[in-house]
Amino acid sequence: MYRALKIEETVAKLFLWISVIVTLLSLFAIMCHILKEGIGVISWEFLTEYPEDMGRGGGIFPSIIGTLYLITVALIFAAPVGILAAIHLTEYTKKGILVNTIRFATEALAGIPSIIFGLFGFAFLVIFMGFRWSILSGGITLAIMILPTIIRTTEEAIRSVPLMYREGSLALGATKWQTVYKIVIPAALPGIVTGIILGIGRSVGETAAVLLTAGSSLNLPTSIMDPARSLSIHLFTLASEGISFKNAYGTATVLIILIMIINFTANFLMKKMTARTHSY
Amino acid sequence: MKRFQEKSIEKILLLSAVTAIFIVLLIFVFIFVEGFPVIKKYGLTHFITGKFWHPNDSAFGLLPMIIGSIYVTIGSLILGVPLGIGCAIFLAEMAPKKLVLVIRPAIELLAGIPSVVYGFYGLVVLVPLIREIFGGRGFSVLAGSIVLAIMILPTIINISEDSIRAVPREFKEGSFALGATHWQTIKYVMLPTARSGIITAVVLGMGRAIGETMAIILVTGNVAVAPTSILEPVRTLTANIAIEMGYAAGDHSSALFATGIVLFVFIMILNSLAVFVPKKVGD
Repeated sequence: MYRALKIEETVAKLFLWISVIVTLLSLFAIMCHILKEGIGVISWEFLTEYPEDMGRGGGIFPSIIGTLYLITVALIFAAPVGILAAIHLTEYTKKGILVNTIRFATEALAGIPSIIFGLFGFAFLVIFMGFRWSILSGGITLAIMILPTIIRTTEEAIRSVPLMYREGSLALGATKWQTVYKIVIPAALPGIVTGIILGIGRSVGETAAVLLTAGSSLNLPTSIMDPARSLSIHLFTLASEGISFKNAYGTATVLIILIMIINFTANFLMKKMTARTHSY
Repeated sequence: MKRFQEKSIEKILLLSAVTAIFIVLLIFVFIFVEGFPVIKKYGLTHFITGKFWHPNDSAFGLLPMIIGSIYVTIGSLILGVPLGIGCAIFLAEMAPKKLVLVIRPAIELLAGIPSVVYGFYGLVVLVPLIREIFGGRGFSVLAGSIVLAIMILPTIINISEDSIRAVPREFKEGSFALGATHWQTIKYVMLPTARSGIITAVVLGMGRAIGETMAIILVTGNVAVAPTSILEPVRTLTANIAIEMGYAAGDHSSALFATGIVLFVFIMILNSLAVFVPKKVGD
């Protein structure tokens, strides 16, 4: 009996170790393979030149610009709305049906697959609003997709601001909004920025929704009404149509490096945030 | 003046907060308005049970894609759930602190890597590998399941780990005090207590798997015929939309919105399952 227990214990722990190792190895294998094949492709020319021959040659400059454009538009819409919504949910809210509905809607938004956002963006922004395939359509679609992330992270950041900050401010005669604006928001800023950075990360990686709303033009966009091809879409097109695996590796490497920078920054800010909260 | 300012700010905040509700309604309305007429025209059964997707001949059977989505999702769960829960238990219960500091950023990176990069990796490594080992074309349910399994791991790990960590210390101490081993405690005390969180994790992972598009397109071959083995190509509901939306027009375009409705309903059913899972044992 005891022996059987001992064996079960060993087997179980072995399984736990194996699952961690398999997970880490999968990540490691993917990273190594792509970076190994892709790092040699990246050069100053690759980053700053226009693609030639559908992407077989040349660089990815328009896609980099397109991606930046899309992120900017997405943040212009999502950041203010998300942050204000989070302030409402944390500082002004009274529990009730409305708050529950808002929460349900936010969760639903987080759970909707990206292709549905793409369909919606296509029907509403591209066709109905007449924005066509453009950075504006793609950016607004992305904004909707990153809204839940920004709301949730900002809410957490605001909740972690100690109550006594607010009490001190109110005791000095500040109004509620003055307290929120001058005390709570600055204190929660690292957390709020983290949310925005995570939103950027999601925008960079998003493909399906952007494909249906921003088009996949290889030209350099010059205004937000121009279509654009983001880095993810460029990678997808190169790979799915078998245009150039070499440049696909290069683009994938750029994407992975971008995500690593984004994650690192978010982690750094998060650490700063928790360090401060715990010191009080 | 100040009072007026405070009041108007409150209005603006409220407006921002209800934006999410507004958007969800808008999405719902637009997808249904675009997709519903074609469902009405051909009949719901035509879509749900039709075996043939030939948009040019007005045959819009989604059954192969529904089956396809279910296959790759189940496949990804079979591979991803044990791994994910295993990792979660390890992180919450066994991992030395230093190891956690390595594993956690790795999982965050796993969550952050764009799905299309996973798809690309699947295309250049997994598909040829499967072709070599098992024969066939390589583009298959299996390839899709493996890629999806890796992609849903972070979701499953993070949420399961949180719920395992949330188990009260006393439960664990009580179990140890009764002479249970560590594994017995995990198996009979921790996991049953954390059950609802783990189920939520699996449901959310499932949602992510069903909704995934670009990675799946790159590795599954996208043939609109229901597969009979895991080595055959398959097309999912999401892939169906993404592949054909670029050039579809008329009823064909509407049928893709109808595909979106079917997907939407799937996801909604899943999400509501997650809501109805009881929060805690004995609560």
